[in-house]
Amino acid sequence: MSTETILNVLNLQHRFRTGAGLEDISFQARAGERIALLGHNGAGKSTLMKAVIGLLPFDRGEVSVCGHAPGSASARKATAYLPEAVAFHPKLTGREQLKLFARLAGAPRTSVGELLEKVGLAKAADQRIGTYSKGMRQRLGMAQVFLGRPKLALLDEPTSGLDPVARHDLYALVDALAEQGTAVLMASHALTEIDAQTDRVIILRSGMLVADGALETLTRNAAMPIRFRLQARDDAAVLFERFGGQRINGARVEFACPPEAKMATLGEIAALGDAVSDLEILPPTLDDLYRFYAQDEETSR
Amino acid sequence: MTQALAIAATEFRILRRNRWVLIATVLLAVFALSLTLAGASNSDAFGVDLLTLSVASMTTLAVYLIPLLALLMGFDAIAGDAERGALALLLTYPMSRGTLLFGKFLAHLAGLSIAITLGLGIAGVVCWAMGSVSVESLTSLARLIAGSILLGAFFLALSYGVSALSTSTAAAAGMAALLWLVLVVLYDLMLLGAVVWDDGGTFSRHVFPWLLAANPADALRLWSVTAAPGQALATGMTGVTHALPNGVALASLLIWPIAGFGLAWSVFARRIP
Repeated sequence: MSTETILNVLNLQHRFRTGAGLEDISFQARAGERIALLGHNGAGKSTLMKAVIGLLPFDRGEVSVCGHAPGSASARKATAYLPEAVAFHPKLTGREQLKLFARLAGAPRTSVGELLEKVGLAKAADQRIGTYSKGMRQRLGMAQVFLGRPKLALLDEPTSGLDPVARHDLYALVDALAEQGTAVLMASHALTEIDAQTDRVIILRSGMLVADGALETLTRNAAMPIRFRLQARDDAAVLFERFGGQRINGARVEFACPPEAKMATLGEIAALGDAVSDLEILPPTLDDLYRFYAQDEETSR
Repeated sequence: MTQALAIAATEFRILRRNRWVLIATVLLAVFALSLTLAGASNSDAFGVDLLTLSVASMTTLAVYLIPLLALLMGFDAIAGDAERGALALLLTYPMSRGTLLFGKFLAHLAGLSIAITLGLGIAGVVCWAMGSVSVESLTSLARLIAGSILLGAFFLALSYGVSALSTSTAAAAGMAALLWLVLVVLYDLMLLGAVVWDDGGTFSRHVFPWLLAANPADALRLWSVTAAPGQALATGMTGVTHALPNGVALASLLIWPIAGFGLAWSVFARRIP
């Protein structure tokens, strides 16, 4: 990954009449970086993308793509976009649709065949898009992202509604994009939707940026409790008295401890020797982590 | 320009695959043929050839049908792309909105022109085969075809404006239907009411002809009947055509498509996808 800054967002602010919008968003994206943009529906992900791409004139702040203003011809040339749940015209074939995009982008026509092959649509290229599955349509959408080797790719919910195989294929394409030096910003409404292979995670909540960093950093900063599950050899009462938590089925005890106390707790458990027959450590799941950042107290129930 | 042509080629392909050109052509041809054959028994009574009478009936038909066809063709041009999510994508390409709109316009106008030329032209072929044409009546058929294309161009532009304003294709369809009703049907009814109420006064003699020419649908009527004296006779619009300077109807037919396209462009330019 190089250190060249592709996208620069500084104090971006936009308010809709309905009250929603973006509040003071700042971040950067570097060449070859894969960034997951997370948040609930309505948190501002699509709004942010549209502001970056120049489709939405925003109230305040600065956005630049390779030093160009969003929506300018140079910025548009450097940017590729995959809208949420895009459905191309059902009467066109995949090849015809991609040819149109190639002509609009000024990309060589020879790249069309190569790209269709790259996204695995070579066989279906001359079928009507109306006959495509959702995964195939998304792959066609990804093919147009590759046109003209963009510096920045904005993918809005690229994996929503895809089955695991199709999702895996799509991440392979995202990796290929990043490898050619494209900065990839991928929106999603759940951390579990996003492959763990992203370099950075940005979380939006009600239009505000509430987290920005590598997954490990976010996990550390959240300091979410780690859960232990102990299986007692005879009676769980001893374990329950010692660690508290909850008793399950009489023979098991489950309790939580702060991450910094993890090793100390493990030592204590080991010292109990034969009283414990089995031990499971349950780190916070991606879902727990996402909820920690994305959900404020008012909306969590 | 290559971008506009790329859009036009794609849009025309879609038009063809939707069988739009075929359906519009057949529809116009069926009407043109039935009107021509219905006039076959009357042409001697008016003392004009069959094609003259046929063009007069087809003009009335074109005034209603061409705007409807054009609105149907274009109402989802922008709203449809927006609904599919393809509009936002198209607009991220290095291409102006005017180019996108112009490309669609080229394709739709080409489709409409083919349908009008073939559909209405068949009346000329039939009359010629029956030996009931003249240079005059063939000229008025050509004028009708050209005028219909211009009228179609205006209503295509109008449909883009409607489409650019609408958030869904259903809303666009509703608004297009309303426009058709107001501009093609109600406008004439209101003018008719005013003329009857005025009873041959200043309004009827000096204002009414201009109001008629100001509406492109009525301008087509006017322009079509000024072609030949026989035409004015067959349609009974001699009075109005004499009240206006030459070329007013044609000017209306030429200006409205350009003005309409400009309007659609300015509406589309403001849309946030």
